[in-house]
Amino acid sequence: MSEIATESPAPPSRIDALAAKVEGACGARVTRVASIASELTYEVAPGDLVGVCTQLRDDPALAFDVLVDVSGIDYLTYGGEEWDTHTATSSGFSRGVTGRDESAEAPAARRFAVAYHLLSMVHNTRVRLRVHCDGVEPPLVDSVVEVWPGANWFEREAFDLFGILFRGHPDLRRILTDYGFIGHPFRKDFPLIGHVEVRYDPDKQRVVYEPVSIEPRIQVPRVIRDDHRYEPALNGRASGLPGQKNG
Amino acid sequence: MADIQNFTLNFGPQHPAAHGVLRLVLEMDGEVVQKADPHIGLLHRGTEKLAESKTFNQSIGYMDRLDYASMMCNEHAYVLAVERLLGVEVPLRAQYIRVMFDEITRILNHLMWLGAHGLDIGAMTMFLYCFREREDLMDAYEAVSGTRMHATYYRPGGVYRDLPDNIPQYAPSKFRSKKEIDRLNLARSGSLLDFLQDFTDRFPKCVDEYETLLTDNRIWKQRTVNIGIVTPERAKALGFSGPMVRGSGLAWDLRKKQPYDAYAQVDFDIPVGVNGDCYDRYLVRVEEMRQSNRIIRQCIDWLRVNPGPVITGDRKVAPPRRVEMKGDMESLIHHFKLATEGYAVPEGETYAAVEAPKGEFAVWLVSDGANKPYRVKCRAPGFAHLSAMEELVRGHMLADVVAVIGTLDIVFGEIDR
Repeated sequence: MSEIATESPAPPSRIDALAAKVEGACGARVTRVASIASELTYEVAPGDLVGVCTQLRDDPALAFDVLVDVSGIDYLTYGGEEWDTHTATSSGFSRGVTGRDESAEAPAARRFAVAYHLLSMVHNTRVRLRVHCDGVEPPLVDSVVEVWPGANWFEREAFDLFGILFRGHPDLRRILTDYGFIGHPFRKDFPLIGHVEVRYDPDKQRVVYEPVSIEPRIQVPRVIRDDHRYEPALNGRASGLPGQKNG
Repeated sequence: MADIQNFTLNFGPQHPAAHGVLRLVLEMDGEVVQKADPHIGLLHRGTEKLAESKTFNQSIGYMDRLDYASMMCNEHAYVLAVERLLGVEVPLRAQYIRVMFDEITRILNHLMWLGAHGLDIGAMTMFLYCFREREDLMDAYEAVSGTRMHATYYRPGGVYRDLPDNIPQYAPSKFRSKKEIDRLNLARSGSLLDFLQDFTDRFPKCVDEYETLLTDNRIWKQRTVNIGIVTPERAKALGFSGPMVRGSGLAWDLRKKQPYDAYAQVDFDIPVGVNGDCYDRYLVRVEEMRQSNRIIRQCIDWLRVNPGPVITGDRKVAPPRRVEMKGDMESLIHHFKLATEGYAVPEGETYAAVEAPKGEFAVWLVSDGANKPYRVKCRAPGFAHLSAMEELVRGHMLADVVAVIGTLDIVFGEIDR
């Protein structure tokens, strides 16, 4: 039987101790990025992913034996707003939904990322790895199925929903969407209501696919409010900013 | 001699033992399963994408509909994630209420599981008994939230409202006599806590009844012992959690190991199995119901003597009381902004995990500082469990597939999302 941690989880001091261990084991292959104080996040280059994962799993001081979650994310519209609240004209603030300015988006080079949530049952610690995918289209990253077999379906899901390809995955098929589905629905440029709708056609006596007939609309516009109460410098909640990663 | 080929069998998606909409493509060699390929996604609703187009509070209700057998636990993970990014304090009373309802939810889920699992492998009576007790707990849901299942009761910063002083009563009808109605309403004459206390008094005897029917039952053991064995090493490698790892002998429980809300203050034990088969997982879940009963009891005792607020006083997150809005301009503005725009959550990301009845249910929440989440990823325990289906059933008989589906405790709301 494998041993199990008895200590209580992560106060910030334990996070720093864990960070020292991770950085000691992986060296320059991992880059600590800012996260809330009770969590630890690293960015890994796509080429180093499998090596880092194997190290994190096999090093007895780290022993991340469980891959809890793999999840894709599309950073295309990160920080974008649907209602401009920062600047006002002589007639006041804009009252309406402006919609996203698609042309002004950031270049898509670092658009897709995959986040891995690791858990060590031995030490009762968690860590998050993030990999920004290679290339523009299709985004590509190495599969970690060989390291943790449980990654299989999670990677299939990220492929299905985001179109991220996992190099070396044994069976990269769609998993959640319909048979014959076109596109990757969780991408930010995929509309919420989709592209096609289905109905039963009594003449053809089968279900037919047609372009959607509903106009998409925004009920509550997306706005970003700068709230000084959440400034990290004021409340000391964030830690591990890139500049302090060796501290 | 005739050429003998393997036989491909479609199990589901309309099979009653498929627990919803599982389509399982089985390759059979006679009665022995050679390959199993689960096809999922028939209940995919894009919850995570929908959440990106809604303000934070508008998505709480969607969380109920993920694992629709353990509703409030899903909400719990979501509100914990929002709270961590906002940094709001949750009043202790709200924490206890949440713990109590998490455990009510655990019993609800395990009763549902026990009934359906029993029904699948030949113990029909279980279903009727389990649903009898579920009814009382559903009434507790209804008393606090107004609905029997999809409660939307938790909020970032606490819970929607305090526990009520009365609970719904049975009304006279032509199907029940006056005497019967009076008997049913006897425990319902007091507050919700009185009703739950009465339930916790009765419930251990009910679990005894279930165990009398199953635990030493020869047929039950024939169907479950040595079926779907998971070693602790495999359980970890496959990303299992909850009863699926505890059945394999790992005493891993987030309520103990990474306590959230008031779990650090309540006393309970973690049951573990020995062999990691379906029978051990059955024993683990039955014992978890008894432990949940203990926790509910402790919460009732605490909640009786500790009145107080049940949601944070931070008006930027939780709306003011209705009476304040009538006379106070600022309260009115707060309410208006929360109702029309919601609150903006500071930029950042967090991973909030709870010990849901099925295992580790977690929400990975990424916010870019807006009033809507940038990305919500719901980590469903059943997803990891079902992905190991092939490994669990290979070499077993067709009838054992049903036992394994049962023991995984899968609900498609959370797997397909």
